[in-house]
Amino acid sequence: MTRQRKTLFDKIWDAHVVKSSEGHPDAVYIDRHFIHEVTSPQAFDGLRKRNVKVFNPSRTTATADHNVPTIDQHLPIKEALSRHQVETLRKNCKDFGVELYDLGHPYQGIVHIIGPELGLTLPGMTIVCGDSHTSTHGAFGNIAFGIGTSEVEQVLATQCVLQYRPKTMLIDISGTLSKGVVAKDIILYIISKLSASGATGYFVEYAGDAIRNLSMEARMTICNMSIEMGARGGLIAPDETTFNYIKGRKFAPQGDTFDRMVEQWRQLKSDPDAEYDEVVRFDAGDIAPMITYGTNPGMGMKVTDRIPTLNELKDITEQPSFSKSLEYMGLQPGAAILGQAVDYVFIGSCTNARIEDLRLVASMVKGKKKASNVEVWVVPGSKQVEKQAREEGLDKIFEAAGFQLRQPGCSACLGMNEDKIPAGKYCISTSNRNFEGRQGPKSRTFLASPLSAAAAAITGKVTDVRELV
Amino acid sequence: MSKEKFITLKTQAVPLPIDNIDTDQIIPARFLKATTREGFGENLFRDWRYNSDNTPKADFALNNPTYSGKILVAGKNFGCGSSREHAAWAIYDGGFRVVISSFFADIFKNNALNNALLPVQVSDAFLKKIFAAVEKNPKTEITVDLAQQKVILEDGSSEAFDINPYKKTCLMNGYDDIDYLLSLRDEIKHFELAH
Repeated sequence: MTRQRKTLFDKIWDAHVVKSSEGHPDAVYIDRHFIHEVTSPQAFDGLRKRNVKVFNPSRTTATADHNVPTIDQHLPIKEALSRHQVETLRKNCKDFGVELYDLGHPYQGIVHIIGPELGLTLPGMTIVCGDSHTSTHGAFGNIAFGIGTSEVEQVLATQCVLQYRPKTMLIDISGTLSKGVVAKDIILYIISKLSASGATGYFVEYAGDAIRNLSMEARMTICNMSIEMGARGGLIAPDETTFNYIKGRKFAPQGDTFDRMVEQWRQLKSDPDAEYDEVVRFDAGDIAPMITYGTNPGMGMKVTDRIPTLNELKDITEQPSFSKSLEYMGLQPGAAILGQAVDYVFIGSCTNARIEDLRLVASMVKGKKKASNVEVWVVPGSKQVEKQAREEGLDKIFEAAGFQLRQPGCSACLGMNEDKIPAGKYCISTSNRNFEGRQGPKSRTFLASPLSAAAAAITGKVTDVRELV
Repeated sequence: MSKEKFITLKTQAVPLPIDNIDTDQIIPARFLKATTREGFGENLFRDWRYNSDNTPKADFALNNPTYSGKILVAGKNFGCGSSREHAAWAIYDGGFRVVISSFFADIFKNNALNNALLPVQVSDAFLKKIFAAVEKNPKTEITVDLAQQKVILEDGSSEAFDINPYKKTCLMNGYDDIDYLLSLRDEIKHFELAH
């Protein structure tokens, strides 16, 4: 499909199609491939069975994040299966010549946090990883999306994936954000409006002055959760904020090369009047601090709203699933959520574990103490974030507040390691999914911003941050 | 590497009339620690299927002897959430060859197609009809004919479904995407040099 007035997505896609033939999906060249321990072992096995090498090992970067402990990372992993998975990653990277940022390495961390902070994630690229939150990287103006393990094997073997071109959706957020409203609230608001499947089949471009005014960290939070409304990915055209973030990063182009690249990157934008398959517009002023009450990220509302009643659902066929969800959460239709006691606070994940998120939390809790009924885990997104947090003295603020500052990993976002929320307990979490059992069997998750999570840590209950800021 | 071929299938079905079944329900993250593709069926729908003491929950469809067959019928937005291919492996390993729903999440659909598991998208109305037919008679058999791209019920009613022609060819012949991509290696090398 060739359009006259192209979107940024179309431009980047077209520049990466190696072969497009009738009846076949496009063979799309991949500039950057990230792998981790959970979704890569079967792909390497496939290479061995086919007797194929990695096509271009320099384009793949590995780290261990999903399954790693967040305490005592210098010791061998206690749990045998987790240890085996990380050891398998080590062996595969060694056998196939792939760079690995292993536990203890200064660059180790959550795969979607280390890519940008190392300057591996750049505008105009195609980026994939066997992880649905690969959409995070789109904040830099590139096409980044999650893939399955068979596709990881495709990329390792050929540096390409076979993909059908998705449709495009523009989401424009214009206007001024209210006090206490941050990037996480914007994306939770969008998902609550479009539903957990509202963008399935689409690749989203976020635009509008409210997006333009955001930092790179905030843009990453927004792109990160594109998948939670079904979108394959989300991107934001690069600008000075993007270039300033990239400048000087470890693997980013340096000196004259950087300046030349910036000139090229400036061209990366949708044509005026580009044709999108769908356009959605929101007013930034309508967005308030958000919270989810159900078991998918589309079940979100303003923190001061009531949970809908069965009669208020737009589609009556959703009633059984809605009731099941609220029953799981131990909440009533029509009830308020403000003041609901919480047991755990989790600040972490590829959505909200960057330095800016930790600073936001610290700004809220400085000089305060956590409520006695809550346990608070702060899990930095990477070794570099952890180091910077300590250099800035954030560790002292957390310690004084009674928060535990842990070591980097995916942690309680998906509870693959020991960091699980116990059955029946409520956790206010800065992560991306509130699915049943996501944070541990029978755990109950409220998704919210780092500010809202910090506020709940202090009060011990769901709180409107606007009362504290 | 060739995979199992899919042509047509006529079996009973297991109903799961729940919307938004995410990949964490299909296979919870704590069971993703294996480094092979096999064995995930054991933990398919783990937390819906078993109590915390590992005894089966009698009321869950997969534990109910009334239901059997190789077709899973589920509510809309099936497979949302994580990109874990383990979800498709678990369903396949659990004995299913087809999932019927009125809407699938993108990554799950790709993963299923790459593993000889056929995702069949039908209209909301036809999905309702299938649920009703299975509820009325759990022994009723459903035919999924890939060549004709049709789902046929025992009362003779049917609905056509879409599938990409390339993916259809792959499924019917047991072809694999990587074989196709490997055949393009020279073109990919050229592209990489010029890029």
